[in-house]
Amino acid sequence: MDILRTPTDLAQRGHGGVGESASRPDGVLKVTGEFAYASDLWARDMLWGHTLRSPHAHAEIVSVDTTEALSVPGVHAVLTHADLPAATHYGLEIPDQPVLAGDVVRYHGEPVALVAADHPETARRAAARIRVEYAELPLVTDESTATAPGAPVLHPNRSDHYADRVPHPNVVHHQPVRRGDLAAAKARAEVVVTGEYELGMQDQAPLGPESGLAVPAEDGGVDLYVATQWLHVDREQLAPVLGLPRELVRLTLSGVGGAFGAREDLSMQAHACLLALRTGRPVKMVYSRDESFVGHVHRHPARLRYEHGATRDGRLVYVRGRIVLDGGAYASSSPAVVGNAASLGLGPYVCDTVDIEALALYTNNPPCGAMRGFGAVQACFAYESQMDRLAAELGMDPVSLRQLNAMSQGATMPTGQPVDAPAPVAELLRLVRDRPLPPPRQWETAVGTGTGFDLRALPGGLSNTTRGEGVVRGVGYAVGIKNVGFSEGYDDYSTARVRLEVVNGEPVVLVHTAMAEVGQGGVTVQAQIARTELGVAKVVLHPADTRVGSAGSTSASRQTYMTGGAVRNTCLLVREEVLRLGRERLGDTHPGWRGDGLWLRDGAVVTAGGEVLADLAQVLGDDVIDLEREFRHRPTEPLDPENGQGFGHVQYSFCAHRAVVEVDAELGLVKVVELAAAQDVGRAMNPQAVVGQIHGGSVQGLGLAVMEEIVVADGARVRNPSFTDYLIPTILDTPTMPVDVLELADEHAPYGLRGIGEAPTLSSTPAVVAAIRAATGLALRRVPVRPEHLTGT
Amino acid sequence: MRVSFTVNGRRHEADDVWEGESLLFVLRERLGLPGSKNACEQGECGSCTVRLDGEVVCACLVAAGQAQGREVRTVEGLADGAGPPGGLAPIQQAFVDAGAVQCGFCTPGLLVTADALLERQPSPSDADIREALSGNLCRCTGYEKILDAVRLAAARSAAGAAPTAPGPEAPPAPRSEPEPGE
Ligand code: FES
Ligand code: FES
Repeated sequence: MDILRTPTDLAQRGHGGVGESASRPDGVLKVTGEFAYASDLWARDMLWGHTLRSPHAHAEIVSVDTTEALSVPGVHAVLTHADLPAATHYGLEIPDQPVLAGDVVRYHGEPVALVAADHPETARRAAARIRVEYAELPLVTDESTATAPGAPVLHPNRSDHYADRVPHPNVVHHQPVRRGDLAAAKARAEVVVTGEYELGMQDQAPLGPESGLAVPAEDGGVDLYVATQWLHVDREQLAPVLGLPRELVRLTLSGVGGAFGAREDLSMQAHACLLALRTGRPVKMVYSRDESFVGHVHRHPARLRYEHGATRDGRLVYVRGRIVLDGGAYASSSPAVVGNAASLGLGPYVCDTVDIEALALYTNNPPCGAMRGFGAVQACFAYESQMDRLAAELGMDPVSLRQLNAMSQGATMPTGQPVDAPAPVAELLRLVRDRPLPPPRQWETAVGTGTGFDLRALPGGLSNTTRGEGVVRGVGYAVGIKNVGFSEGYDDYSTARVRLEVVNGEPVVLVHTAMAEVGQGGVTVQAQIARTELGVAKVVLHPADTRVGSAGSTSASRQTYMTGGAVRNTCLLVREEVLRLGRERLGDTHPGWRGDGLWLRDGAVVTAGGEVLADLAQVLGDDVIDLEREFRHRPTEPLDPENGQGFGHVQYSFCAHRAVVEVDAELGLVKVVELAAAQDVGRAMNPQAVVGQIHGGSVQGLGLAVMEEIVVADGARVRNPSFTDYLIPTILDTPTMPVDVLELADEHAPYGLRGIGEAPTLSSTPAVVAAIRAATGLALRRVPVRPEHLTGT
Repeated sequence: MRVSFTVNGRRHEADDVWEGESLLFVLRERLGLPGSKNACEQGECGSCTVRLDGEVVCACLVAAGQAQGREVRTVEGLADGAGPPGGLAPIQQAFVDAGAVQCGFCTPGLLVTADALLERQPSPSDADIREALSGNLCRCTGYEKILDAVRLAAARSAAGAAPTAPGPEAPPAPRSEPEPGE
């Protein structure tokens, strides 16, 4: 079978060990257009798959007629629920999602049928000729409709392990976190502020569409080349659906055009495999942008109610919160999102009395699951808005109030878990506050036009809506806390295979993991670790696939910690083996072999003092060292279902922001002028990539603050599935972003590092909104903030 | 229908092209040039940006037939004439050095747009760079390092430095020799 543009080894000869800004091993391929993304795959004789989706958010499927579609020339297969060969449902944790809808559709855009044809347009046209008769059913779209007496139960006869504990069958999961004596604390509080907050539905909007190529194999199995975040969990879900043993379902990671949570759940994986197995031909599927907007889960929209009690001098006495997340039609990762929202719902503060509950609903809205920040984003917008309100109520400076209550190492979380690593919350706030502010009225001083005036520096920009009149500035602050790694007792591990050999006199390290590189730069860090630990210039990264053990998910800010940890761990074992062979073969040649602290540098074994004992070529000869090992972080515990107590998280990650905005209050236009961040990263494994993550995360938070929302209306239908109507920040919407990086080692983590990818997405949103509030004096309880919220029209 | 045009200096012909096929589809699926990307196919993201007779266009909005007899330049041809074969164009090298590439899906379009900007305006201000790149979405980088890359490419060419030698503004990126596909 000819397959083109499958992933290749990434080889790099160079330097750049841990702590240096080494360049990406895939960088040159990406700037020359040669990097093979999943949508670039091609195989001889391949067909194109297309998905027919439900136009209704809740409906009974009365009948499906595929006759006409099958008669379209060029069509090779049409599949419906009735054609599914084995398991009919799948899911990350709870298998409640149909591969293709059976009797009922529960959200707008749910897959109903599949077509494979020899041209993508033929497949689309044939899909339009599948006749599906629907009978619409009543909708549940929020807490009141989902839990009303007589509300339709979306998943009757639930057998999942949350089912017994939820207050209503349309609640996926419910987690309280309770600590301290609330009645006593209320009596002590001198000041109380309450607030209700709302977040719209944000989309990850990775630029690379969902895509992949499924190739039927001679052994009856299937090879799937795909853009995903976790190859092995895809396989766990695919094998039962395809009715194949796991070994016959082989996955290889193709180039991934961003992820941010959108690729945690299956999208086209099962569909392409089913079509390939049915037709005996390779099948490629690539979602269009509008299909992508309905073809993956979103960030949970949320409604939150908080009550903060404090003493007159600003100490938090108690915090109550209720966080209602809309999980949409299927469970996806809602239970874990609930756990995060509840356990991190206080924020990075100290307070002995906490009563927070979080829950996720089943509704007929689009399914929601993972997006960067995962439950912590929603909570952060609310608790940080509350801290500003409390500061205003007390007449205190908002940064000082936060610093007064900031947690630090040794604090206790509301779950009872001790914070046993650095938590420099007050210091991060100080760093962003102490930066000089950007000069005012930059449109008058901006260079470039030669006129001493630059519209481009004003809200509204080149639309020429103002010359500076009516423009007001505001400054806002926020800080957040995110967990790193999989929590609540999950057996979270990664696997690395490392092979060391000498080729033509040169030592070469091959690193093979199943880690999904989605853009974050995990491949760069793996190569850096191999260079540092094995002292070898040439490192080859094997494509990620299921021939090696699981790396776990590229999510929860965990891959540098986990797969980085796995690569380091296996490298150290390979080094042990080199030293063992060296002692065995050359131990008599130099007394240094008997010493401690031998290590590898520049292709040689050296003593602790740096004296060269032997080249790797001398030690290894033709031998190859090839080891594969798993790596685990320290164990965590489930949260108690009644009070949320437990050692639930592996590690915490902190970031603070200061936003400076300018607002044309008359037109409701906002320009973010500067967004400064400070983050503790434990150890900057690759400083350039660290700052890149902080920038990218900050801008996604900015997008949530002022522009990004999936509009679900008119019968729970997605109304804006395009980049014309769902706006993500452009380079014009994005400000200068100075970054301070702290490196306070976490002794529990490899190299002392801290997962960094998500924390900057948390505090950016409330900081921007706080700045808009400061500029306008408006209360602003909902994000994204739209022009009409500012003009009151 | 049959369509023929020049891509990166080479003549190409595609047969059996449907009326509705875009230049982007023909480049990617019929001519084996998938470097130009397909993030929206609605003219909203810039990931498919190419030059058509020198003009910067979204290849997804150009019907394949409109390219008949014309000259297309894609990311795959950016380095042509920029030094030794297999080398990188200055803007490509600057993107690598500045850390302007994460997932890289936006990169081909941004490179073509930025290259055209520097051609007509060798020392753009930040506001000029932002304006020129405003049609190219990037979801990963927050654009700061993309700005750095364009500034770096401009500074290097102003300094007349060899394209691959880090200029004074270069971030501390250690050199390495990539060996793709080895
Ligand atoms: S693919 Fe052409 S503009 Fe998005
Ligand atoms: S690097 Fe991923 S979209 Fe720009």
